[in-house]
Amino acid sequence: MPTKIEKDSLTGTDTTGHEWDGLKELNTPLPKWWLWTFYATIAFSAVWMVVYPSFPGWRGTSGWIAREAVMAEVEAANARNAPMMERLRQATPAAIAADPELRAFAVAGGRVAFANNCAGCHGAGGQGAPGGFPSLVDDDWLWGGSLEAIQHTIRHGIRAGESDEQRQSQMPRFGADGLLTPAQVNDVAEHVLSLTGRATDEAAARRGGEIYAEQCASCHGERGEGNRDVGAPRLSDQVWLYGGSKAQIVAMINNPRAGVMPAWQGRLDPAVINMLAVFVHSLGGGE
Amino acid sequence: MSTVEAPQRAKADRPAPAPAAAADQPLYATRQKVYPKRVFGKVRSVKWAVLVLCLALYYVVPWIRWDRGPGMPDQAVLVDMWNARLFFFWIEIWPQEIYFLTGALIIGAFALFAVSSLFGRLWCGFTCPQTVWTDLFMLVERWIQGDRNARMKLDQGPRDANYWARKGLTHFVWLLIAAATGGAWVMYFNDAPTVTREILTGEATVKVYFFFALFSGFTYLLAGWAREQVCTYMCPWPRFQAAMLDENSLVVTYRDWRGEPRGKAKADNVGDCVDCYACVHVCPTGIDIRDGQQLECIGCGLCIDACDAVMAKLGRPKGLIAFETLKNLAASRAATAGMAPGPERHARGMRARSVPRFVRPRTLLYAGALGVVSLAMLTAFLLRSTLDVTVLRDRAPLYVRLADGGIRNAYTVKIVNKTREESPLALVVEAPEGFRVTVQNAAEDGEGRPLLTRRADGIAQHRVFITVPPGQRLPESTPITFRLLDPGGRVAASRSTAFLGPRP
Repeated sequence: MPTKIEKDSLTGTDTTGHEWDGLKELNTPLPKWWLWTFYATIAFSAVWMVVYPSFPGWRGTSGWIAREAVMAEVEAANARNAPMMERLRQATPAAIAADPELRAFAVAGGRVAFANNCAGCHGAGGQGAPGGFPSLVDDDWLWGGSLEAIQHTIRHGIRAGESDEQRQSQMPRFGADGLLTPAQVNDVAEHVLSLTGRATDEAAARRGGEIYAEQCASCHGERGEGNRDVGAPRLSDQVWLYGGSKAQIVAMINNPRAGVMPAWQGRLDPAVINMLAVFVHSLGGGE
Repeated sequence: MSTVEAPQRAKADRPAPAPAAAADQPLYATRQKVYPKRVFGKVRSVKWAVLVLCLALYYVVPWIRWDRGPGMPDQAVLVDMWNARLFFFWIEIWPQEIYFLTGALIIGAFALFAVSSLFGRLWCGFTCPQTVWTDLFMLVERWIQGDRNARMKLDQGPRDANYWARKGLTHFVWLLIAAATGGAWVMYFNDAPTVTREILTGEATVKVYFFFALFSGFTYLLAGWAREQVCTYMCPWPRFQAAMLDENSLVVTYRDWRGEPRGKAKADNVGDCVDCYACVHVCPTGIDIRDGQQLECIGCGLCIDACDAVMAKLGRPKGLIAFETLKNLAASRAATAGMAPGPERHARGMRARSVPRFVRPRTLLYAGALGVVSLAMLTAFLLRSTLDVTVLRDRAPLYVRLADGGIRNAYTVKIVNKTREESPLALVVEAPEGFRVTVQNAAEDGEGRPLLTRRADGIAQHRVFITVPPGQRLPESTPITFRLLDPGGRVAASRSTAFLGPRP
């Protein structure tokens, strides 16, 4: 309790009785309406707490819930986009790419869908990742880079066990199953290196060439040009999914690895799959 | 800022401090209602003129039309929130150019500082919306309820039919003005004729009605009820504007060296102030200017008019209350110290004054800042382009190695077109020999250059690939420049960026 209330001689105003190291506080009255605005804010907060969901379990008399408001906004946005989505559902990817309006919508929506569903393996910009996650921005396509081929891959997946439509192939385990001796594997690897001009042992490469023609060429092609029907990679280019060094090539001949991609048909709206196809195609220019 | 010493006691028109026990002083004070009296004079005339000008500008501007071609709003001044455009006659501001608005506000602030340090509270007393609308509301009040004495009598008198009729009519007219004010505010953000019709026919959106009600309600509240309370207790400007004022600023001042001691006009040995309270009765904030400089004084100068009228009637020189610098006031005071009241004292006090120093470090600083900001904004405005290009290089991955060993970078090119011109622009990339440019879904002009489309009053986006064939020597980073050529072959916009490759 303030005790030493006194009148300030200079201003004629009372002090509040508070003193700090000789400094005394004048009691300059606030306008009374100011006090009423303070009471008004208390009354306002009381009303607010009744009207809005202020406590756990209390939904408020207005029925307004932040989550429901967001859901309503999402629904409104979906309703706004519905005609566009229907057009995307009906059109082929090629037709979408040819229509500037549809294409702009598909690329914008595809970017979001890609970030949600694809970026985990293929990277935020479609750059892929070491260890069998292919880059989508270059010009090397295992299963084809046309709009239709991309759409097919997204729909049915790769080795996903989804249906007969899926991308399916398996390379024999030449080393692990004893189909080739270690020396033969070494020779084949030398031959594969020679396809990009990197062989170090000409004699081994020649020997390997004969084995290659017998064992490998049916899928990878006579000159290593690859085969998209079975997803056999081109061996004569600069892009190596599992690495292009001799040791990595030997490892692949001994015990091949093969990537798996889920089938998105049934998980994603056909319109979204079409948007993704157009977006992925736009990343590196497609084919 | 030095304060004028008040040789006087309690503030007039307010209850004298009660000699009650100290602990009885309340924490909260009841408001003393102010009944400003009608006044005539030079300052009042200027205030009327400013009021008419400000109100006319505010109410008329949204109705000015400005043809911008088909599909564009034809309102001269329009803040189009939905389309994110700000229209001001021939100027169209995009959201990323909002610094022009910032610049205008900075210019306004420094102009306010400069004017305050030269002439005191001109803004508060003459042009502040709170002052202008309060003045207008007081005019209505006076027409319906009469002048000061009549209004006081009405408030103290019985609550009869006459009372309720006059009060009711006053508030009705206030509400009409408030509605017009809130309505005009909404017009700056909507097409004026359309939104007016919609408001009147009940077709406007909830948002429009909300802001209409918000601004109307606060106009009514602040100009009708709160008035001087806004200036004294709500507005931050009076609290820190003392930092702009000094002893050379012109402020509304009572020349106490001439007026004191106060007394009856015919009494002997008294100053020019006859203690008639005319200055107090006209004051819109209810203070006594003779108490010296006060926070509550808005510098409107109506007390000058009131006092001059009294002095003229008494045949004494005008200017007992005047726009005066505190330096001159101190000089006059010093020159007349100890002198007896009379014409001789007045003459000597007036002679002691000097012309106010308008050029001083403070005003030069404000003028300099004002000039620098104005020049910078003017330069920015004159150099403002109506066509911009931005180039975003893909960062994931930094570069792509192609099957044949070539290196490719991808870029997103955005063409920001602030005009309604739609002809496509040819893309030329300035880069070393061998760099090949391809653009998805783009036509080519006669010389094989890709043509990039643009959107009228919008942003168009294109994806551009640049490829370097295998075997070409390539540093880690190569500077390149994108240039857009208009159909006449002139460079319309350009942007520098880089081409990245593997570490050599």
